[in-house]
Amino acid sequence: MIHVFAFYLFAAIVVCSGALTILSRNPVHSVLWLILAFFNAAGLMVLLGAEFIAMLLVIVYVGAVAVLFLFVVMMLDIDFAELRAGFVDYLPFGLLIALVLLAEIVLGIGLWSAGPIELAQRAAPVNPELSNIQAIGGLLYTRYIFLFEAAGIVLLVAMIGAIVLTHRARGGVRGQNVARQNRRRPEDAVRNVNQPVGQGVEL
Amino acid sequence: MIGLQHYMVVSAILFVMGVLGIFINRKNVIIILMAIELILLSVNINLVAFSAFLGDLVGQVFSMFVLTVAAGEAAIGLAILVIYFRGRGTIAVDDVNRMKG
Repeated sequence: MIHVFAFYLFAAIVVCSGALTILSRNPVHSVLWLILAFFNAAGLMVLLGAEFIAMLLVIVYVGAVAVLFLFVVMMLDIDFAELRAGFVDYLPFGLLIALVLLAEIVLGIGLWSAGPIELAQRAAPVNPELSNIQAIGGLLYTRYIFLFEAAGIVLLVAMIGAIVLTHRARGGVRGQNVARQNRRRPEDAVRNVNQPVGQGVEL
Repeated sequence: MIGLQHYMVVSAILFVMGVLGIFINRKNVIIILMAIELILLSVNINLVAFSAFLGDLVGQVFSMFVLTVAAGEAAIGLAILVIYFRGRGTIAVDDVNRMKG
């Protein structure tokens, strides 16, 4: 009973916050609704018994991606009212596409209900003695180690790409040159002069 | 009792909402990126639901890779957005034709 209640609570909040993400006027509000959607999707995944993915969702999406969105939205000085022009024009077409897609997916779910696919064998059957995190860790570091490394490379390339794209060398800035400072000797920098009285200093 | 169908319906609604978000916010690329995140989230829900109900862990492993790609895509997309804004002073993307592609 509590399981059913929790499912409907999480599902309703996910759907509502998803709708508000794409409909709200202010992009900052959109990001905050997106964060709520991620939290409740993590709740759904906990209900399914996938604790690791749920925690990953909270840490990666809420902790990193959503904050990145928030930074960019607040950093750029954008006139959001102008960007909303044409919202109503696109609405009928968008709704049409959405309805077609929804009808197709509902059809697919109906077919699934008519007769589920029986898997001949599981690729990695769930071992009830292990916790979810232990089981995923065991799978990830043995059979899927190369995929795991590939995911690491994807993240590395994304990080380097983002830095290379947004980095710019500023002109007119005098930075510190440590090598030049260390090369400088007293004989280059200091000079003794025998200064006569009553005359200006020649530099 | 909550079955696989319930999760599939939630994920389908979320997916369609993401597609709708791309269509109705044609100019605002930030919202488009967020809609893509919603789509990937719905795909993740679907993968994890199937994984849980069929008793096969590979769905959750694959969902982790989807998450990785989503994070990378968000970082690159926002970086491109920032340099586009630097060059043009706006992020209206419905008339992006700089490269004449």
